[in-house]
Amino acid sequence: MSAVIEEHHDDHDHKPTGIGRWLFSTNHKDIGTMYLWFSFTMLFIGGALALVIRAELFEPGLQFVEPEFFNQLTTLHGLIMVFGVIMPAFVGLANWMVPLMIGAPDMALPRMNNWSFWLLPGAFGILIASLIMSIMGMGSAPNFGWTFYAPLSTTYGPDSTDYFIFSVHMMGISSIMGAINIIATIINMRAPGMTYMKMPIFVWTWFITAYLLIAVMPILAGVVTMMLTDRNFGTSFFDAAGGGDPVLFQHIFWFFGHPEVYIMILPAFGIISQIVPTFSRKKIFGYSSMVYATSSIAFLSFIVWAHHMFTTGMPVATELFFMYATMLIAVPTGVKVFNWVSTMWQGSLTFETPMLFAIAFIFLFTIGGFSGLMLSIVPADFQYHDTYFVVAHFHYVLVTGALYGIFAGVYYWLPKWTGNMYDESLGKWHFWVSTISVNILFFPMHFVGLAGMPRRIPDYNMQFAEFNQIASIGAFIFGFSQLILLYNVIKTIRGKNTEKATDQVWEGAEGLEWTLPSPAPFHSFTTPPTVK
Amino acid sequence: MNKDDKKVVKNLMFVVVGMFGFGFALVPLYDVLCEVTGLNGKTGVQYVSEEQMQVDTSREIKVEFLANLNANMPWEFKPLTTALRVHPGEVAKVVYVAKNTSDRDIIGNAVPSVSPGQAASYFMKTECFCFTEQVLKAGEEKVMPVVFIVDPAIDEDVREITLSYTFFIKPGSEDAKASVEASPAGSVSIALSTPLTQH
Amino acid sequence: MSAAIRVASFIGLMLVSMQSWAEYVLDLRPGVTSVSQGAYEIHTLVMWICVVIGVIVFGVMIYSIIVHRKSRGYKAAKFDDNLTVEIVWTVIPFIILGFMAVPATTALLAMEDTSNSDMSIKVTGYQWKWHYDYNVGENAKDINFFSNMTTPMEEIQNKATKNINYLLEVDNHVVVPVNQKIRLLFTSADVIHAWWIPDFGVKKDAIPGYINESWFKTDQIGTYRGQCAELCGTNHGFMPIVVEVVSEADYEKWIASKMESAAAAKASSNKTWTKAELMDHGKSVYATNCAACHQANGAGIPNVFPGLIGTPVITGDVAKHIDVVVNGVSGTAMQAFGAQLNDADLAALVTYERNAWGNDTGDIVQPAAIKAAR
Repeated sequence: MSAVIEEHHDDHDHKPTGIGRWLFSTNHKDIGTMYLWFSFTMLFIGGALALVIRAELFEPGLQFVEPEFFNQLTTLHGLIMVFGVIMPAFVGLANWMVPLMIGAPDMALPRMNNWSFWLLPGAFGILIASLIMSIMGMGSAPNFGWTFYAPLSTTYGPDSTDYFIFSVHMMGISSIMGAINIIATIINMRAPGMTYMKMPIFVWTWFITAYLLIAVMPILAGVVTMMLTDRNFGTSFFDAAGGGDPVLFQHIFWFFGHPEVYIMILPAFGIISQIVPTFSRKKIFGYSSMVYATSSIAFLSFIVWAHHMFTTGMPVATELFFMYATMLIAVPTGVKVFNWVSTMWQGSLTFETPMLFAIAFIFLFTIGGFSGLMLSIVPADFQYHDTYFVVAHFHYVLVTGALYGIFAGVYYWLPKWTGNMYDESLGKWHFWVSTISVNILFFPMHFVGLAGMPRRIPDYNMQFAEFNQIASIGAFIFGFSQLILLYNVIKTIRGKNTEKATDQVWEGAEGLEWTLPSPAPFHSFTTPPTVK
Repeated sequence: MNKDDKKVVKNLMFVVVGMFGFGFALVPLYDVLCEVTGLNGKTGVQYVSEEQMQVDTSREIKVEFLANLNANMPWEFKPLTTALRVHPGEVAKVVYVAKNTSDRDIIGNAVPSVSPGQAASYFMKTECFCFTEQVLKAGEEKVMPVVFIVDPAIDEDVREITLSYTFFIKPGSEDAKASVEASPAGSVSIALSTPLTQH
Repeated sequence: MSAAIRVASFIGLMLVSMQSWAEYVLDLRPGVTSVSQGAYEIHTLVMWICVVIGVIVFGVMIYSIIVHRKSRGYKAAKFDDNLTVEIVWTVIPFIILGFMAVPATTALLAMEDTSNSDMSIKVTGYQWKWHYDYNVGENAKDINFFSNMTTPMEEIQNKATKNINYLLEVDNHVVVPVNQKIRLLFTSADVIHAWWIPDFGVKKDAIPGYINESWFKTDQIGTYRGQCAELCGTNHGFMPIVVEVVSEADYEKWIASKMESAAAAKASSNKTWTKAELMDHGKSVYATNCAACHQANGAGIPNVFPGLIGTPVITGDVAKHIDVVVNGVSGTAMQAFGAQLNDADLAALVTYERNAWGNDTGDIVQPAAIKAAR
C-alpha cells in the first residue's frame, strides 16, 4: 500500500501504483477500466451459465442438470447479463469517454465514482455465492427468473431471495450514483463553447440514459423493498391472501423494466452514431433528429410497460392502448436506422473491426426490432408470449444490439486507451466467427418459438429437437469466439508486436477525444479546450 | 464538490427519493386504475345505497359462481348455485358453503374477483363475505350468502359475468399460527422444514 | 449466363422447398379456431411487411457497402441533413403502422368476446398439474379431475425410448364437444401459471385469487396439446395440457363414464383393501402426486423438499401423517391433498409411504381411517 505515497516527482502524468491505485481510485480512466474488466469477467461467467443451459437443451431428456438447478441457471444468467455485463460496460465506456468527449479533466464527482464501482463486486459476489452454495448442496439460489414474479419469488421463494434483494439494492445504488455523476459531469463540465447541440451523440444518449436510470432504478428498489416486507414483515403488497395482488408486482416491475430495456440500448445507439460517421468519412446524418428520436424513445418507454403482460388479462381498451403506444416506438427507432443508413450513403467506406460490428449492429438490431414490432400486436402476442420467439427477440436486441455496440466501442476506443493498435486480423476473425455463430445460435429460436416451445423449460418434445441442436452448436462457437476478443485486448494492452496508435487513430475520426495523445494521459484536459 | 455539482446532486437526489416514493404510490394508484378500467376484475368491498335501482327487464345477464381454495387451505368450499340469470337492477341472492375439514381452527380470507374486468364496477354486492375474516372452527360448516345487483348502466355487450371467491389462510393470522403450533401439524411442519437425511 | 440461371433456379428450388417445410416447422401454426387463425393472419401480415421493409433498408445498405467504398476510390459526399426526407420517413412508418393496427384491433376484439358460450370449464393451476372443473355455469356437470403428466421418468432420464408425445401426455384429458363455444375460467391455487394450446390460440395466465377468461370453438375433432407458459417453479416444464375435441355423442359417453368412475371411486372408499392392493395403488398415486418434489426414491431434494425416508412424520404417529397429507402444511409447498384425492387414494398413499424405501412400519391405513380423519 505504501506504494501509493512513493514516487513524488514532478511528472505531470504521475499516477499511484499498486493495488491502492485501483481500490482508492478517483480517476475516471482507471474506474472506467475497472468497470470494463468487471463487465468482461461477468460476460464469461454469465456466458458459462448460458453454455450449461444450451448443453442441457442440446437434446430432449435431462442430461446434465436437474430442473430446479436449471431454473437457477436461467435466473442467474439473466441477472448477470443485464445488471453485470451490459449496464457496467456502458458505465465503464461513459467513464472513459464522456470526460474526453466534452473536454473535461475528470468526472464531476470522482469519489462517488469510486464507490459506485466498488458496490458492484459486492452485489454480484452475493449472487454468485448463492449459486456456488446451491452447487455445494447448501440451499437454492434464486430460481424465479430474472423477472422474479410474485408470488413465486415471495411466498414461494427460496431463502436466498433476501440476499438477492440486498444484492439488487446494491446494484441500484451503484447505478443511481453512476447516473448522477454522468449528469453532473455533462451539465457542469463541458468545455467552453460546447453547447448541448454540439455534444457528440454518445454523450447525448448517455445523458438521456442517465435520466432514465434515475427515474426507474428507485422503482426497482421500491419493488424489491415491497418483496422484502412481504416476505419478512407481514405486509401483503403482492399476496392475494392479504388483499394484495400478484399482478401489481408485474405492473411495478415492468414500469421499471421497460425503461431498463432502453437503458441497455440507448448508449449502444450512441456508440454506433460515433463509429458510422468515422468510417464513412462523413458527418452523421440528421444530428438533431437523432437527439429528438432518442428523447422520444425514452419518453415512450414509460407508457408501454404493460405490453410485457398482455396474457395477464386486461380490459380490451387497456390492451389496445399499450399495443398502439408500443407500435409507435417503431417510428423514432426507424428514424435512427434510416439516419445511420443515410450517413453511410455516398460515404467513403472502410471496414475496420469497429465498423464491421457497427454494420452488423444495424442489420441484426433491426431484425430484433422487427420481431419486437410483431410482439406488440396483441392477437399475435398471445401466441408468441413466453415462447422462444421472445427469447430470440430480446437476444437479437441485447446480444447483437447492446453487446455488439459495446464490442464496436471497445475496438474503436481501445487504441486511444492503450496507445496501441489492436490486431486487425484477429479483430476480423472475432467479428466473423461471432456474427455467423450468433445467428446460428439465435435465429432458429424464432422457429421453435413459433412452433410452440415455451421458454424457461429444461426439457422439450422431439419436434423442437433439430433447431435446439443447431442453436446449441451456435452457442458454443459464439461463447468460445469471445476468447479471441480477450486475447486481442490483452495483446493490445501489452503492446508487443503491435503498431503504435496515432493521436487521431482513425482517418475519419472527429471530436475532442482524438485531439489527445494516444494513450490518453492519466490527467487530460487540465486546461479546457475551446470548441468553436 | 463545487457549488454547481452540489445543486445537480441535490436536485437529482430529490428525483431519486421522489421516484422511490412513486413506486409505492403506484400501489394505491393501481387500485384506482383497477376501479376505473376494471383491470384484473377487482371488485369493491361492499356497496351501500338507499335508492332503488330501475330494473331493466329488457335483457338478461347470466351470472356464474366459482369457489376456489388456495392449495394449502384444508377447507371445502362451493356455491350452492352455479349459475343464475338476472335482469340488471334486480336484487339477487346466492349462497356459498364452506367447511373446515381439518382438526384446527382456521381464519380464512375470501378474495373476490369478477370477470370480465369491465363488468367489475357494475357488479354491486350489498352483502358479501369478502375481505372480512371468516373463522371456522375444526369441522365447522358455515353458510355464506351473497346479495348483489348488476347496475343497469352496464354495457350492452356484457351478457355473462363470473363471480369468483378464493379462500386463503389469513397470512400471519395469530389463531392460524397458534393452532399450527399447538396442533400435531405444527410440530410436523417444523420437522418437515429441517432436512432429514438420516436413516 | 447459364451459370447464373442455374444459381437462380437452385435458389428458387430452395425457396419452394422451404415454403412446403414452412407449414410444419418454420412458421406459426394456423390452428383450428377462429382465434388462432386470426392470430396467424395478423402474424403473417406483419411479418411480410417487416420483410419488405427489411429488404428495402438492407438493400440500400448493401448497395452502399458495395459501391461507396474507399477502396474503390469513392469520395465522400458532404450532405448531413435533409428535412424533406426526415419528414417522409417519419410519416410513412405511421401510415404502415396504421395498416397493421386496423386488422390487429379487429382480431383482438373478436378474441376477447367471451359471451354466449355453450359451456364453461374452470381451469386451476397447481404446482405442477392442472385441475379441471365442469361444475360451472348452467350446464354444470359434477365432474372434476386433476391432469398430471404421465411421461415416465425413464424417458426423461434417457433410459427408455421417447414417445411421440414426450412431455405432452397426461392421465386425464380435457374432453369437450365439437362446434361448441367453450368458455374457460382460469385461476391458480399457488403461483402464476399460464394455460396455452397453440392450436387454439389461447394463452392466459392463471393467477391466484383472481379469475381470467378465454374461449375457443372448433369444428375439427382431434387431440390438441400444449404446455404451461409461465415459469411456475421446479417442474414448470412438466405440466402439459391435453384437450380432446370429440363429437356430441362421444362427449355424452365420456360424461357418463366419468360419472360412473366417480361412483366406483366412492365404492372403493367403502371397501377394505389388502396391503398389496394398497401398496400397488399407493405407488402410482405417489408417482403422480408426490414424486415431483419428494422424488421417486423418497429422498427429496436437500434444503428444497424434505426426504421421506425415516422421517418422524412418516414413521411416527399415523394420525399426524394423515393430517399432513390431507391438510397440508401452511407456509410451505406442502399442499392439502384432501381436496385433491379421494379416501382410497389417500389411504393407499399413506400406506405406501409408511412401508416403502425401507420405512417398513408395517402400518396399513384403510380408506375408512381417512374418512374419519377428515
